Amino acid sequence: MDKQLNGAQIVLQSLQDHGVEHIFGYPGGAVLPIYDEIFQQESIEHILVRHEQGATHAAEGYARSTGKCGVVLVTSGPGATNAVTGLTDALMDSIPMVCITGQVPTHLIGGDAFQEADTVGITRPCTKHNYLVKDINDLARIMHEAFQVATTGRPGPVVVDIPKDIQFALGPYMKPKAVKHKSYQPQLKGDMAAIKQAVELIANAKKPIFYTGGGIINSGPQASQLLREFVKLTGFPITSTLMGLGSYPSADKQWLGMLGMHGTYEANWAMHDCDVMINIGARFDDRITGTLDKFAPNSKKIHVDIDPSSINKNVMVDVAIVGDCAHVLEDMLRVYKSDAVTPDKKALASWWEEIEGWRDRKCLAYKKDAKAIKPQYAVERLYELTKDADTYITTEVGQHQMWAAQYYRFEDPNRWMTSGGLGTMGYGIPAAVGVQVAHPKSLVIDIAGEASVQMTMQEISTAVQYRLPIKIFILNNEYMGMVRQWQELLHGGRYSSSYSEALPDFVKLAEAYGATGIRAETAAELDDAIKRMIDTPGPVIFDCIVTKDENCFPMIPSGAAHNEMLLADSEGLDIEVSDAGKALV
Amino acid sequence: MSAENQIERHTLSVLVDNEAGVLARVIGLFSGRGYNIDSLTVAEVDDQEHMSRITIVTLGTPPMIEQIKAQLGRLVPVHRVVDLTVECESVERELALVKVAGKGDARVEALRMSEAFRARVVDATPDSFVFEITGNTEKIDAFIGLMKPLGLREVSRTGAAAISRGPEAM
Repeated sequence: MDKQLNGAQIVLQSLQDHGVEHIFGYPGGAVLPIYDEIFQQESIEHILVRHEQGATHAAEGYARSTGKCGVVLVTSGPGATNAVTGLTDALMDSIPMVCITGQVPTHLIGGDAFQEADTVGITRPCTKHNYLVKDINDLARIMHEAFQVATTGRPGPVVVDIPKDIQFALGPYMKPKAVKHKSYQPQLKGDMAAIKQAVELIANAKKPIFYTGGGIINSGPQASQLLREFVKLTGFPITSTLMGLGSYPSADKQWLGMLGMHGTYEANWAMHDCDVMINIGARFDDRITGTLDKFAPNSKKIHVDIDPSSINKNVMVDVAIVGDCAHVLEDMLRVYKSDAVTPDKKALASWWEEIEGWRDRKCLAYKKDAKAIKPQYAVERLYELTKDADTYITTEVGQHQMWAAQYYRFEDPNRWMTSGGLGTMGYGIPAAVGVQVAHPKSLVIDIAGEASVQMTMQEISTAVQYRLPIKIFILNNEYMGMVRQWQELLHGGRYSSSYSEALPDFVKLAEAYGATGIRAETAAELDDAIKRMIDTPGPVIFDCIVTKDENCFPMIPSGAAHNEMLLADSEGLDIEVSDAGKALV
Repeated sequence: MSAENQIERHTLSVLVDNEAGVLARVIGLFSGRGYNIDSLTVAEVDDQEHMSRITIVTLGTPPMIEQIKAQLGRLVPVHRVVDLTVECESVERELALVKVAGKGDARVEALRMSEAFRARVVDATPDSFVFEITGNTEKIDAFIGLMKPLGLREVSRTGAAAISRGPEAM
């Protein structure tokens, strides 16, 4: 007979058996038995956040920087509803997460009990899967399934809702190996016939481009290695989505920079003009494609994705390969080598010539300012002064996020944590907390905006409590910058509610939390201030006062195509956006 | 209009674990992603393995139907999804209970039509009938259409159940 444990012990035992070392959470009435078990053991450290949303983003940062599963523990009702934003964020960006929620005892469910919410009902559309545990005999199996579902296939968040009486009840425990899911079996290996077809397209390409995404990161470091090998072998140009930054080194000359709405001129033009597009682990998101009927109109498209529903969802492709990026890349490379494919050198040379022409446009150039700090300059300097350290970058959402993506450069995967799909302001601080928990000795910087950062500012208290020396680098332009930019370009410069009024003094705020505050107001003092930030042993809030009305360029306006980009020097021109374009987000 | 953009009616058979919330997952997927449900039936079909079969009749362009299939397949408790409209020959049946009230010629005509459609009378009073009719959706639509001028009062339909022809199971 199996060993009998109570529900709370089963939860802890299963976490241990899945190698969990840290969980992010917030206690409450419906999870007290689990917190009591946490108190009585030492192998798992609990990080107490200040708001449940913070726990979910911390778990995301932890997961994305390690490749492991992030684990969250919250109470019923408001604990669970506060976690919804982070769960949705993890679903959109395919982050593995197990979120355990307490629930009122089973006999009270449905009676509008205190702190009762229909957690599985609320989280059904924002999780990969969820469970309400009604029988203690199911708990161990469900915990193991939750980890399997969260971490395999296209990763995502899984909620396990556990009523309080189940946490006290006695039941059997079996090891993870004993559990095999009946219906859930994600496909890892790609179809060989499709892979051969893809290699044939690649072999005959005249204007090819690799377009890669977060799937490479999720697949693991091996996928990045294989990608690098394949890109080198072919000599093709490569671009990536926001989520894929770091899978290919930005220092390499085949790297064209990020593509999409705020991507580089060369990456977007190459996408538009390519004849063969090799999409590995990206999902043709609307930030990438721009208007669909003008998207890479003359190209054959290859799409590698582990999620069959990503295939032909937004863009119809010519060769679809369902499988894990690393597995498929390995097979592609093998076929490419065994077929002794030699790329069309002449065509490729003239393709690169075209690309160099676009590159010469120097789309990321901006007007320097002798006195004031330009936000682009701030990120450039931050990069120069931190690139040789063991650095991880998180961001909030908005202009600063795009500048970080454009001007900070990544050489390795798992170094860049940002909210891509959902675009969650307030992601950066808690994500930095999670990253720093996983990498206590590394330099973890949240490149932030003064508006976003106030959404989860309370997590600086978590950082202080656990001595996590995260650096919050705020590009403070006193505006919700991206909102202001869209209002300038699309709404006649009527800045409706986008001014950050009544801002706190961030230096004093840092001090109030027991952290260090640093402010830089001129370009001349920026470098020294950044160095001071790096040298400060504890958490720092860095208030970087930047020019207020800077716009984020290049930009593909809504409803436009990749070859209709706006550049910084087109500023001041009348920008025509169609009514259909204005209706887009 | 090209075939790509043509709205078609497809019948999908979905084999799922009969666990709490599985129907809500399927319905939530349709409403959340803006797909249509024309009809939906569900019942347990294997009490040993606790499997249920959901039959969904949906409307969409061929790429949309492909996407619906893929999205359904992605749900964790879903074992299989088959598009019975394109993947095989299939038979489809629906049951309806049709209440018709009236007297005189209309009543006689309703009864006569019910015989022509092989509907059964499952309840009768001096001034009403409840007919039980089984068939494909078009046949039931036709019968209900004919009953309208003859005193149609209300209709209860099960939605379509469907299965492939021949010896193979899904």
